[in-house]
Amino acid sequence: MSAVLRARHLGKRYKQRWALSDCTFEVPAGHVTGLVGPNGAGKSTLLNLAAGMLTPTSGTIEVCGGVPGDGPAQLAKVGFVAQDTPVYASLTVADHLRLGARLNPGWDDALARRRIERLGLDPDQRAGRLSGGQRAQLALTLGIAKRPELLILDEPVAALDPLARREFLQDLMEAVAEHGLSVILSSHLVADLERVCDHLVVLVASQVRLAGALDELLATHHRLSGPRRDVATLPADQEVISASHTDRQTTLVVRTEAPILDPAWTVSGLTLEDLVLAYLARPAGAGSAGRPALTVLR
Amino acid sequence: MIWLTWRQFRVQAAAAYGLLAVAVAALLVAGRPLPGSGVTRLAPADGTLYSAGIVAVYALPALAGVFWGAPLVSRELETGTHRLVWNQGVTRTRWLVTKVAVIGLAATSAAGLLSLAVTWWAGPLDAASRPDTIRPVGAAMPDAVSFAARISPLVFGARGIVPVGHAAFAFVLGVAAGILLRRTVPAMAVTLVVFAAVQVAVPFAVRPHLAPADRQTVTITMANISKLGVNGTERLEELAVAGPPGAWVLANETVDTAGRVVAAPSWVADCARPPGQAALPTADEACFARLAGLGYRQRLTYHPAGRFWALQGIETALFLTLAALLTWLCVRWTRTRLP
Repeated sequence: MSAVLRARHLGKRYKQRWALSDCTFEVPAGHVTGLVGPNGAGKSTLLNLAAGMLTPTSGTIEVCGGVPGDGPAQLAKVGFVAQDTPVYASLTVADHLRLGARLNPGWDDALARRRIERLGLDPDQRAGRLSGGQRAQLALTLGIAKRPELLILDEPVAALDPLARREFLQDLMEAVAEHGLSVILSSHLVADLERVCDHLVVLVASQVRLAGALDELLATHHRLSGPRRDVATLPADQEVISASHTDRQTTLVVRTEAPILDPAWTVSGLTLEDLVLAYLARPAGAGSAGRPALTVLR
Repeated sequence: MIWLTWRQFRVQAAAAYGLLAVAVAALLVAGRPLPGSGVTRLAPADGTLYSAGIVAVYALPALAGVFWGAPLVSRELETGTHRLVWNQGVTRTRWLVTKVAVIGLAATSAAGLLSLAVTWWAGPLDAASRPDTIRPVGAAMPDAVSFAARISPLVFGARGIVPVGHAAFAFVLGVAAGILLRRTVPAMAVTLVVFAAVQVAVPFAVRPHLAPADRQTVTITMANISKLGVNGTERLEELAVAGPPGAWVLANETVDTAGRVVAAPSWVADCARPPGQAALPTADEACFARLAGLGYRQRLTYHPAGRFWALQGIETALFLTLAALLTWLCVRWTRTRLP
């Protein structure tokens, strides 16, 4: 499995505040990876680092085998649709396509024109007059038609209404299927990602809490409920992600590769949202980044 | 990249060059004043054009810095479009260098053209410049209006090739301010203030030293005395003689026989009186002859009229070098300091 993004001890500091610290993880190529986390967790910072808009304060990040933003060859490999999908308000839709054609060696003009036509955008319309959804689509078109290896989307649907959001993501998926590119997109809404992602990175309080293939993550996390007991008595290979107790009952979210054998537990699966929420609620430092060591809680 | 620069810049370019064309046309239509020499009464309209020409040549570089330079990067940062354009297949360095080159060329060409037109139009007036001297008593009021020499501090900056250097510098100064401040309006204000400060400082602090000045010690006579300042208590405040025609006089000092700078004796105040003051004692040669007899001379430090183009060349090169240096800094800052 080749990695399209590889971060090692990656950190970014703004003045006194670390927006991202000590992140070590990989994103595999050929997948749609969702980056999820609460507002201010460092999602935008991470994506801007990956696009080369920012430079890391510490550690390294490698994207498509190169340093982000380093030279035209690297820029051609990575498409970036920034937050709020900026476009030039005074330029028309057709001007934006011409901009893409002039500035990108691998520009696919037929693809761009086809998309604009299918989306029903008027080429002579000024981009400043487009609706939020149309603007996002225009920005996405620029990102896709440059034919990158990796497309990075920073909260692309945040400003869109539910219908536009669904259409945008559907459209994105079609493009991904058609051109086989890798995608990393961020959102603070798990529901958006659930539809499109097959890989997940959870970022909380400037650190990566979880990274992995979605189905694998869902298969190794379980919700256990049963009579109240101390979590310290659990088998060593079961890592507790969250625990809640009532007077008589204990509910746990645990991560384990092994099957749950204890008959006292009622075992159920987790939805993606439950899984993410369990990690968001987990206090900082409870597990190391990436794949947590299972011995941590011993 | 050139296409994008042009696409974003064409409206402003058209507006600026449209105005420039109007200005040049106005000068052409008005025609050069005082063809030949001798006639020296200037029509009021020509007087206005003369001043307007100077103002325009000074204003153009400042406007280029404020309206083209300052928003160049800061506007992109404010609207977030830098994140669009810097993620195409063109590095930020190439993006910035192309923009600075294209728009910088437009700014310097505009300044060059305007200066050329104004210099051409004002040529006869600049040539009619001559030293101001105190009118001998009884002489008729001269019908000639006197103009500042083209090498004098104010006029120098509005003639020849120096405005090209000013425009290049002001434009890049605006770009740099935009990169450092990241907001358009403050960057515009800072550009204007800094450029104005430079325009005031250079003629007095830098330009006199661009080339070694000439020195000349002359006898003070009725013919060359140009200033005799007397204060309320009849003491001599200031004494100056006229320099060579068209020269820029930097220092005008009275020296004694040993060459030391001294104040002239106070009785010189009575050698001449400003015109228009009734009951004048007649200024006479004898008064000045007595002064010369005591060994007083006037020492002039000046740049002669013939040094005009040498100073123009040096100052232009200086500003172009500064602009190049600032451009290099802008490229560095864009790569390392900006998001």
